[in-house]
Amino acid sequence: MSALLREMGERALRLGVPFSAQLDLTYRCNEQCVHCYLDHDDHGEMTTAEIKNLLKEMAEAGVFILTFSGGEIFLRKDFFEILEYARSLTFCIKLKTNAVLIREAQAARLRELEVQSVQISIYSHRPEVHDAITKVKGSLRRSITAIRFLKSQGLKVIMANVLMKENMQDYHGVRALAEELGAEYTLDPTITPMMDGNRSTVELNAGESALRELFRDEFFVGNAEEFCAPPPPVETESLSSLPCSAGHTACYVSPYGEFYPCVQFPLSCGNVRQQRFIDIWRNSEQLKEVRSIRLKDLSGCSQCAHGTTCTRCPGLAFMEGNMRGPSTADCEKSFARTGIPSVNLLAKKEKSSPSRLVQIQLVPAITGNRLSGMATVATAVGL
Amino acid sequence: MYVARSPRIAARMLGEEMLVMSGHDSTLFTLNPTATILWQAADGSTPLNEIVEQRICSEFEVKPEDAMRDAEELAEDLAKHGILLIAEQPISTQPISKLAAATQEPVEAKR
Repeated sequence: MSALLREMGERALRLGVPFSAQLDLTYRCNEQCVHCYLDHDDHGEMTTAEIKNLLKEMAEAGVFILTFSGGEIFLRKDFFEILEYARSLTFCIKLKTNAVLIREAQAARLRELEVQSVQISIYSHRPEVHDAITKVKGSLRRSITAIRFLKSQGLKVIMANVLMKENMQDYHGVRALAEELGAEYTLDPTITPMMDGNRSTVELNAGESALRELFRDEFFVGNAEEFCAPPPPVETESLSSLPCSAGHTACYVSPYGEFYPCVQFPLSCGNVRQQRFIDIWRNSEQLKEVRSIRLKDLSGCSQCAHGTTCTRCPGLAFMEGNMRGPSTADCEKSFARTGIPSVNLLAKKEKSSPSRLVQIQLVPAITGNRLSGMATVATAVGL
Repeated sequence: MYVARSPRIAARMLGEEMLVMSGHDSTLFTLNPTATILWQAADGSTPLNEIVEQRICSEFEVKPEDAMRDAEELAEDLAKHGILLIAEQPISTQPISKLAAATQEPVEAKR
């Protein structure tokens, strides 16, 4: 993120403006990925007219960066009509797609409409692995063909490599493929629960030893010793910091008009079919609650050595049952990175331990060098 | 001189400033309140001197010749980055929905 964009984000926070939003146009999909968190049936998607009205409201509310995602966005027959309308409202548009339906004509149209970036999910450089995850034979070949079309139009393409047990060994291959195709590369080692609360997908997460290896791969994290160093002491002023941008300068709207703080934070704040976008943004009691939470309010996390360096996702915490609680997936990442268990992990271990003969105690005040590059490195590995 | 906002940009008001992203290379710009007034008035059909006279000089204590010189410099600078179109004749920019059908680039800067 550029310094200017970060500054604009901070200004948006001060002004209470929803600077960025994700709108899922459909949950239908032409792939059936094993780790997907969505129900792909159509339960009554917004019509073209409803979406256009929402886009107008979003523009009036100040949304600048608008991400269209799904499901598979190109399954909507009115996709380009929606995109054209969004561009006429001068949004900065980002797309997330599997790109299977993108051919030369679609790539050229995306270029004409000045889409800022196209993020494409690629799980492996090996068809047998990628296609096994998407459950669609030939899907890797089609996605790669699409990337070539998009790059030939000069578009910015980001290959998003979600990692799980099935493909954990392939990230170097995907990164090399991205380089060969002229695409940017990002990886994310977190598999989330389904939006309906079903946690079966979480079992696909790669596990601690794989994360440990990833976090020590200097190709991705830079200086591994620095990246994996113990967290610096928590400063008092940091306890007043915000957890993330969800609900503060960012939000998410589902294909059915449900308004959430983030796609990973399924706390319904209203529905744009019944209320104006700006009214939900300003007046939702749920959003007000989300906005009131500071690090010091988090049970466990506020006393945890990882407090200010943890990548804790409030949405994942919410799905675990408490938006003021820990996100265990992030506790596990902090542990895999530093070898220091979080307060939450220690509490879980204590509860599940059949014997209390051995007591593990949290290191009370970890000292160490401040990781000035942490944010950058964490972003680089998609944390 | 006539000026028009390029249809190939992304833009949004944030507080009193305009945030503009070039579609060409995703470079981000912020326009201060004065530049924002000029930007918003750049409809392709109103001459720049009229914009300066009616929108700038009426709101700010500035000599018309100084305001015009600054406005021309700003317009040329923005045109260099592809976020504003400038021409000696009125500019007819196509709406974004028509761009697909167009076989030619929109009106080029002609200075």
